[in-house]
Amino acid sequence: MGFQTPITSRRAILKGLGGLVLAAYLPSVARAQEAGTKPLPPLVPNAFVRIAPDDTVTILSKHIEFGQGPWTGLATLVAEELDADWAQIRVEHAPSDVKLYANLAMGAQLTGGSTAIANSYMQMRRTGAAARAMLVAAAAKQWKVPASEIKVEKGVISHASGRTSRFGALAEAAAHMPVPTDVVLKDPANFRLIGTDLPKPDTFVKSHGQALYTLDLRDPDMVIAMVARPNRFGAKATAVDDSQARKIKGYLSSAIIPQGVVVFAKSTYPAMKAREALKITWDESAAHKKGTKAIVADYMEQSRQPGAVAATRGNAMAKIAAGGTQIVEQTYVFPYLAHAPMETLDAVVRFDGQKAACHFGSQGPTIDQGAIATALGIKPENVSIDVALAGGSFGRRATASGDFAAEAATCAKAYGKNVPVKLVWTREDDMRGGFYRPLYVHRMRGMVAPDGTISAWHHTIVGQSIMGGTPFEALMVKNGIDDTSVEGASDMPYRVADFQCDLHSTKQGVPVLWWRSVGHTHTGFATETFVDMLLEKAGKDPIDGRLALLDASAREAGVLKAVKELAGWKGRKAGDKGYGVAVHKSFNTYVAQIAEVMRDENGQPKVTHVWCAVDCGVAVNPNVIRAQMEGGIGYGLGHALYASLDLDESGQVVQTNFDKYRSLRIGEMPVVDVVIVKSAVAPTGVGEPGVPPIGPAVSNAWRALTGTAVTHLPFVPGETA
Amino acid sequence: MRISVNGQAHDLDVDPETPLLWALRDEIGLTGTKFGCGMAQCGACMVHVDGMPIRSCVTPVSALEGRDIVTIEGISGKEADAVRQAWVALDVSQCGYCQSGQIMSAVALLSVEPKPDDKAINDGMAGNICRCATYPKIRAAIHAAAKSLEG
Repeated sequence: MGFQTPITSRRAILKGLGGLVLAAYLPSVARAQEAGTKPLPPLVPNAFVRIAPDDTVTILSKHIEFGQGPWTGLATLVAEELDADWAQIRVEHAPSDVKLYANLAMGAQLTGGSTAIANSYMQMRRTGAAARAMLVAAAAKQWKVPASEIKVEKGVISHASGRTSRFGALAEAAAHMPVPTDVVLKDPANFRLIGTDLPKPDTFVKSHGQALYTLDLRDPDMVIAMVARPNRFGAKATAVDDSQARKIKGYLSSAIIPQGVVVFAKSTYPAMKAREALKITWDESAAHKKGTKAIVADYMEQSRQPGAVAATRGNAMAKIAAGGTQIVEQTYVFPYLAHAPMETLDAVVRFDGQKAACHFGSQGPTIDQGAIATALGIKPENVSIDVALAGGSFGRRATASGDFAAEAATCAKAYGKNVPVKLVWTREDDMRGGFYRPLYVHRMRGMVAPDGTISAWHHTIVGQSIMGGTPFEALMVKNGIDDTSVEGASDMPYRVADFQCDLHSTKQGVPVLWWRSVGHTHTGFATETFVDMLLEKAGKDPIDGRLALLDASAREAGVLKAVKELAGWKGRKAGDKGYGVAVHKSFNTYVAQIAEVMRDENGQPKVTHVWCAVDCGVAVNPNVIRAQMEGGIGYGLGHALYASLDLDESGQVVQTNFDKYRSLRIGEMPVVDVVIVKSAVAPTGVGEPGVPPIGPAVSNAWRALTGTAVTHLPFVPGETA
Repeated sequence: MRISVNGQAHDLDVDPETPLLWALRDEIGLTGTKFGCGMAQCGACMVHVDGMPIRSCVTPVSALEGRDIVTIEGISGKEADAVRQAWVALDVSQCGYCQSGQIMSAVALLSVEPKPDDKAINDGMAGNICRCATYPKIRAAIHAAAKSLEG
């Protein structure tokens, strides 16, 4: 499609540039010590690296860039082994193609679970090494010298004889070189780019209004689609009267679809006006009509009984039953939360009756291809997706059902003409559209001995399963336990002889979804505030007390010690300031945070400073890691303090925009200091793990300051149901 | 109806109530100004009108005839240069979607307050939400831009 706003065309690189086109497969050279248990896929440098005659090196990122830095990270890995000059590196999204671009941790082309760097670490390094070897081979042939005598440094290929070349001049010849049978990777001691702060390749366009998101794609034939959705989940449109909409200039047509009623217009504002002007009859017989208050009351009741056992050792139940006055008991309430990325959901689909050409910020192209194909009644291989930058996601752009991708396809099919149809969601659509972090209730009971050891711990969790009822259920739900409901609780790190974590998986008509750090959003809060209360009862320091319950070699202990030193920890209270700590592992990354909290003029918490220690293995991009810790802290803090997505007693969403769904603003953002713990372990992700510790760290600080434990989130309820 | 954007006149054939945001994006093709909330809550749609920051998502084009509208694509001057340079040097953006609006607010702030302290930054930037929470870098970039303007 001929976008008026030209998207940087992947095809221009595929077709327009000569240069290094490595068509042949390199044999897999998986080495056990590098690859872990899974064999690495065949090397296909051509799929990931383009070297153009103008000397630019373009990395195709199989992971979507919506702020967490995979463009920088994946490019760093390639550039390191390629010995490229960082200034010559460009990055674009790879198109949809699961054979080439699967997430090696998942088997599908999908960004999530903070896996971008972890699954790409060896693959992208080997890709860079393969491309380097072919450039060297081309130089050796041209210069008639042994390849072993050729050096590559910062984008320059050279030989002691004085011959030098940049990559671009040799790219064409390199494409015809035989593929190496093996690649030798650098000793990490010789890393030149990995571990340094590199400028991010997406910064310039994002600082000049030039970055193109799905919403920015334009075409002379483009039609805007907006969907009127029901006020309650599960209701269906049965009739529509568009007589008023027809009076609006730019209105084209409307149609009933499973999601509601779609309005087509020539541009966005007429689409909004026309949607408002529709008279729609809804069938609410199957609609969800239960409010948040009733759901919480129901979950509270359920939490009094143990659920399906997720993890157990010893006999926590019996010990607590006999414990008497030694028992500490605490309930927790976590509301539904919307992801609310800055860019609302959108997608462009052009359907010619046979094939669909799609352009949007697709977090899971493999899932979306399937969902679009199903919606259109075609095969997934006839669906292509050009992945666009997205204005945030926090999980929302990946659903097991490919919800908005399928909706966009349904709209394109309903319009019935071979033109690009851009589905646009407003903020209200986004907030009312479901796929929330589930509402959970936790009940915890524990016993602490006078020496500070925890003698029993019983944790009951009640809430909807994210994976249940999705294609992931078979993989992720075992014996009634959805691991995403209990992760971070069933495997909490502290030494407790008698332990049980159990789960009641509930059903509601409210669509739910993973939300930045998934189960850890609530399990981290519950475990880390609860252990803090137990330690306080035993008269122990929160940090030393935790360390005493951990093995000395535990990586949790490492980040706790690091954050203690960074903050100059002196205890839980100093004057008008309270201090709280929390440590949590998620996605195999370990983060500890200390929050400094004061009372503001309204008597509410004001978080002034946060210290953060992170152990994510090898630090590929320290600047990105620090930024993700800051961002994760801000995202987690804003929601813990202010955000709640409630349903009123009739099942309607109460908070439909940022006026009521309060977002953190600049004056509420604390100073953040980050220390990255040195590690030689293979790298793990940082997009999510900064989130879980901040809520409990603030709650623990607030309890230190005020004596009150905040356990029902958010801290500062706004207008609620 | 005729409006002036970045020094260029544009004739618009739209409903006069059309918010400037959608006229810029759909009619004129300037997509650097973003839609975030549609109700003046988030600041993603910030543009300058006669040098003052306004939210284009709630400003009808009918109110703008004869006014001087400047968007992220057209913002110029020493404050704008300093802000953009600082934004790049500090790698402020994450998803980047709100940054056009952040930059427009930052330029407006520095135009009236060349050396803002943290409180002035909090006040001047309070209307701009960043869901990625790049706030520490936004703050640092504004201080850096202010410093570069001194010299």
